[in-house]
Amino acid sequence: MNDRIIFEDVSKFYGEVLGVNRVSLNLPPGITTLVGPNGSGKTTLMNLMTGLVQPSNGRISVLGIPPSDATAFFREVGYCTQFDSFPHGMTGWQFILDSLMLHGLSEPDGWRLTGEALERVQLGNEAHRKIAGYSKGMRQKIRLAQAIAHHPRVLVLDEPLNGLDPMARAESLTLFQELGRQGMHLVISSHILDEVDRISDRIVLITGGYVIAEGNIHQVRQEVRDKPMQVLIRCDKPELLASKMFSVNHCVEARLHADGRGVFLRTGDIDEFYSLLNGIAVEGLVKIEAVAPADDDANAIYQYLIGSDGSAS
Amino acid sequence: MTEAGAKTIGERLRELPWGLYWLQARRLTRIEIRRNLLSWRAWWVYFLAFIPTVIILIHSLFDPRAGTEFNDSTQVLAGIVQFYYVRLGIFFGCLGIFSRLIRGEMVERSLHFYLLSPVRREILLLAKFAAGSASALLLFCSAMVANFFLMYMDFGPAGREFIFNGPGLGQLEAYLAVMVLGCLGYGAVFLLLSMMFRNPTPAAMLVLGWEAINPVMPSLLQKISVASYLRHLMPITVPGEGIFALLTVETEPVAGWIAALGLLLLTAVVLAYSCFRIRTLEIRYTTE
Repeated sequence: MNDRIIFEDVSKFYGEVLGVNRVSLNLPPGITTLVGPNGSGKTTLMNLMTGLVQPSNGRISVLGIPPSDATAFFREVGYCTQFDSFPHGMTGWQFILDSLMLHGLSEPDGWRLTGEALERVQLGNEAHRKIAGYSKGMRQKIRLAQAIAHHPRVLVLDEPLNGLDPMARAESLTLFQELGRQGMHLVISSHILDEVDRISDRIVLITGGYVIAEGNIHQVRQEVRDKPMQVLIRCDKPELLASKMFSVNHCVEARLHADGRGVFLRTGDIDEFYSLLNGIAVEGLVKIEAVAPADDDANAIYQYLIGSDGSAS
Repeated sequence: MTEAGAKTIGERLRELPWGLYWLQARRLTRIEIRRNLLSWRAWWVYFLAFIPTVIILIHSLFDPRAGTEFNDSTQVLAGIVQFYYVRLGIFFGCLGIFSRLIRGEMVERSLHFYLLSPVRREILLLAKFAAGSASALLLFCSAMVANFFLMYMDFGPAGREFIFNGPGLGQLEAYLAVMVLGCLGYGAVFLLLSMMFRNPTPAAMLVLGWEAINPVMPSLLQKISVASYLRHLMPITVPGEGIFALLTVETEPVAGWIAALGLLLLTAVVLAYSCFRIRTLEIRYTTE
């Protein structure tokens, strides 16, 4: 058994409609975020990974197990889908317990894991209420509890922050980080990139059914070097620095920071930019306090590659 | 050649976790019965099963049949089974119960929870079939037993003599066999139809039409009919007259055991094909 999630040249067509096309991925353990606009193929990729839809071409395996081997596969995989619906008339407790009992557990183990999962998502007090009476956030949490209850090694989460209030989002992100640190695979799709970005080890950018970039966020940013990068420089004379930098033609944009103690500069050649900045610093005309990439995050990459804002709506 | 490739089918079958499969099937069946049979949404199936019982009870309370013959009651009961249960009650009851098992969960967008559990899809399908069968059998067999005893209750000692020392219990056994085989046969057909069509009702109406015209088909095609097998198991046949003639199946005479075996075989074939189909079933709720 290996520790990878592998897509080998996977395509999925719904009749004549493209779901995803020729996707090849090899994901190591850690937190992977799928980034892409609505209809880009993120959910299709997750459904393919878990066997809810079958690939038209190609092969998929998770930890060396194909999704068709349900008995072995779903012991290792938990999937928190986006579908906001539940079996009729169940309480949260019943819902989790029923799904755990299908793993062949004994009743005491089933009860113990049910209680543990509900506590983990902080739904212990609401466990014996009918799910139909839950708020959207609680339904999201109960789905998450069901996905993690059997202690899977791979957790697939489709828009797991939808419907959660800021406190619950922070708690969920902490939980995801903790699970990632434990060596689990977490594959997350989310539109709330600002939040997911902070915990992701790598991103997969997908649009129109095609994976257009994949890897560590900084690596992916490097892959799009033809796009101007934005850098924030904290200094005492931002206007002077801007005029100096504009003496070379790779600088394409400058914007003063709101507090007047820094400048955002956009450049088409980051290596030349840093070399010039070093020269200015050595000259001593401008006292440089800090330099940091201002768009080296998933949101900026999303904008560059896909052309829309990835922030929460 | 790999080690796995060198294994015979028998060896591979022996290696499968049959104990786990059995445990999962039992638990799934229990969950399904709890969700579907013990739910207010099943009220109309109760209605289909017990409406003759209510009618017989009303007759026995307000129109006691003093002076009528056993034969009349026996013919009435046979007619209820032949014209109502086999052609309508069990047919529509099973349509409701079995088409809900897969298609109903797709409509309610909850089937994916099952498909994301560590249960082979064939086990899932067979467990759902077992749960549907248990529900249907519990309702229709209870109704049949109640109908039978209510029908002969008014005859006093003569009725008891007919039931316990005459042909009564034998007829009841035959009716129960008809109910069991009818539920299994129609259940398997409707479970398959619910996987093949988004709305299985039009297809079920075609099945009803097929059952109606089946007697005039060549004898080979007559074997692809649930009602034709059931007819051979009826202890008493009531000739159809008028509108009831449409609901009467006239087929070549076949021994009871052959009819039972034939229907079980038909059920097994339909279930095997359903198992094949569920392996490639996809969750695409947006197209439901």
